[in-house]
Amino acid sequence: MARPANRDQYLASTVPNSVRGVDRRSILRGSVGAAALLGVPTLLGACGDDAEPAASGGASAKAGPVKFGMNEAKGSGPAYERLQGMADAYAKKTGAEVSTNAVDHNTFQESISTYLQGTPDDVFTWFAGYRMAQFAENELIMDISDVWPIDGMSDAFKKSATAEDGKQYFVPASYYPWAVFHRKSVFEKNGWTAPTTLDELNALMTDMQGKKITPFAFAAKDAWAPMGTFDILNMRLNGYDFHMQLCKGEKKWDSPEVKNVFQTWKALLPYHQENSLGRTWQEAATSMAKEECGMYLLGTFVVDGVPPETQDDLDFFTFPTLDPAIGNDALDAPIDGFCVSAQAEDDESAKAFITWLGTAEAADAANNAASAPFIAANEAASTEKYGALQKKSAEVVQNAKSIAQFLDRDTNADLANTVITASLQDFIKNPDDIDRITASIQQQAASILG
Amino acid sequence: MATVTAPRRSRRTVRRVEKRQGTRDRLVVAAMVGIPTLLVIWLVWLPALASVALSFTKWNGFKLSGIEWVGTQNYTDIVTIYPPFWPAIQNNVIWLVFLFVFPTIFGILLAVILDREMRGSRFYQTAFYLPVVLSMALVGFIWQLFYSTDQGLINAVFGTNIDWYGDPDINLWSVLVATAWRHTGYIMLIYLAGLKGVDASLREAAAVDGASEVKTFFHVILPVMRPINMIVLVIVVIESLRAFDLVWIINKGRNGLELISALVTQNVIGEATRYGFGSALAVIMMIISTVFIAIYLRIVFREERG
Repeated sequence: MARPANRDQYLASTVPNSVRGVDRRSILRGSVGAAALLGVPTLLGACGDDAEPAASGGASAKAGPVKFGMNEAKGSGPAYERLQGMADAYAKKTGAEVSTNAVDHNTFQESISTYLQGTPDDVFTWFAGYRMAQFAENELIMDISDVWPIDGMSDAFKKSATAEDGKQYFVPASYYPWAVFHRKSVFEKNGWTAPTTLDELNALMTDMQGKKITPFAFAAKDAWAPMGTFDILNMRLNGYDFHMQLCKGEKKWDSPEVKNVFQTWKALLPYHQENSLGRTWQEAATSMAKEECGMYLLGTFVVDGVPPETQDDLDFFTFPTLDPAIGNDALDAPIDGFCVSAQAEDDESAKAFITWLGTAEAADAANNAASAPFIAANEAASTEKYGALQKKSAEVVQNAKSIAQFLDRDTNADLANTVITASLQDFIKNPDDIDRITASIQQQAASILG
Repeated sequence: MATVTAPRRSRRTVRRVEKRQGTRDRLVVAAMVGIPTLLVIWLVWLPALASVALSFTKWNGFKLSGIEWVGTQNYTDIVTIYPPFWPAIQNNVIWLVFLFVFPTIFGILLAVILDREMRGSRFYQTAFYLPVVLSMALVGFIWQLFYSTDQGLINAVFGTNIDWYGDPDINLWSVLVATAWRHTGYIMLIYLAGLKGVDASLREAAAVDGASEVKTFFHVILPVMRPINMIVLVIVVIESLRAFDLVWIINKGRNGLELISALVTQNVIGEATRYGFGSALAVIMMIISTVFIAIYLRIVFREERG
């Protein structure tokens, strides 16, 4: 396949045929038709004058009482405030009762399969990518193709909401890109600029070492953290398509391409903080804030790990180009959003709620209710509350040609959580054993996926 | 019949009454044996057998129709291509030996010393026992404050830069020290309770006979404490087999802290749903536990017979 000339062409090429074949109008017709058949009153006319962007596909669904499962515990900070803000705004707007069920983030994530097979809430927070697709495949979440397309959501987001069968099961709310973070003042003081090529990066790292600053902060105690480094190196050296094929098991983990990623990483390891296996990302973020380290490759949540007085001093750049033929237009930007459980009590109420959750209005309600904003997936959402970091993040993601979810969101959860995590830590311990480690991953991948 | 009193009953009636009571007794006994047996079968044996059955399959836990029979593949994979397995076995053995050699013996020593009713012994008792009251999760957190590479107490005081929880060569020992901190107090309390129960006249008799303190302990007190010793032994074995919480808190049982219990959890609970593979690991753990339980039961029964 020839490389697409521009972003739109690229995005179009990545959308499955089943999605591309259906335009907005026909979906609208379909859902209205279905609603009429079922005798559900159509609200389309009623909200015609409204500036509300939800007037797309799902507008035929009727608002009703809905149970909302949130993966943030009460009092856990801005993330909880945003979700609660959305629930409150919806209840206020429609008069429908929204009963919320707030669960700690990690607990929610780890008990997701028992949750979905037990008595799940109607609408719940979840992630895009394979982690969503595998629930679609097992019929645990509901096909919500009729709420798509959503005004203000680009095709890239639609793609992220699409499972293997070409239908949509997800509504995006926000995302956070992974990039190289640093302190503006430190870069200015030393006359450093953001590197765009491997040579510039090498020069920068050498200069930092000369000034007794460790170039990269690095933490690998949380096993997912080093996946960010693997992902970005893989996408810079082998491209986004290879990343996706590797995640789907179409490419082998012991292939020369993957070995090349590890070789490059091995060459970069001496520029990373030592003893990373015992360090949490919060500690690594602190050492960047304390100017012990120059840069840190992490998601935008890095701001939560630095003291408030340094938060405004943070800036970032996308990881430099390693192979000019591949470029640097792919990045990890995991998308958070919502799904409807297959056991939802009332399909129409659940769809009405999730349709609204995808609107710019919902994103604004969330950001107005919280002390810190998220970066809304809906392009029409207000950027008023955004800080410089969020504005730049939105811009970077909009300019990216391909957006990956993250290694553990794009691939089989069994493989990611039981094999790749341990193997990446093994590599950090024994960077010379690339052949053994890649062979071991491949053997286990074949057993798990096969 | 109902008004007839016992002494006037003919032999036949008595026998019938005995028989009737016998039937009722038997019903009561049957219920008392049967209901717990059913519960044990339902809550212990069925899940155990289901685990054994599942260990020969591949299943993602979603649909029952998704269960796929794979024979012994899980077991072959575990011993051949699953890198954390052998380190986990090794770590479990180290855990057992360490727990037995250091904190247990130290706990017994503390108990013997505190039993001498010196000044402030109650304070020491409380101080040593305090960690036992804390949950393992909290113990992990408290020790994180000591062990953290960049912000921890130990590295700050000694000016070292050792990665206590991250370096796979030493993190097991760091964790064992934290476990020992808690385990010592536990053993101490059990042993202290046992020592208080030892008949004081035994000590006096030994003292009159001119035995030294040490001799008295090893030749008189220790043999008398045999039941307590058995309990301690069993506790150590159980504690080391179910060791889990601390390593899970620290790094989910990876990177030098592999334990079989943590591997089972990694594969079954959480986002990964390798039910077949996890069950195979659980079965292996069950077999190992069974060996210890068999040894324990043998000792207990031999003691009863003797």
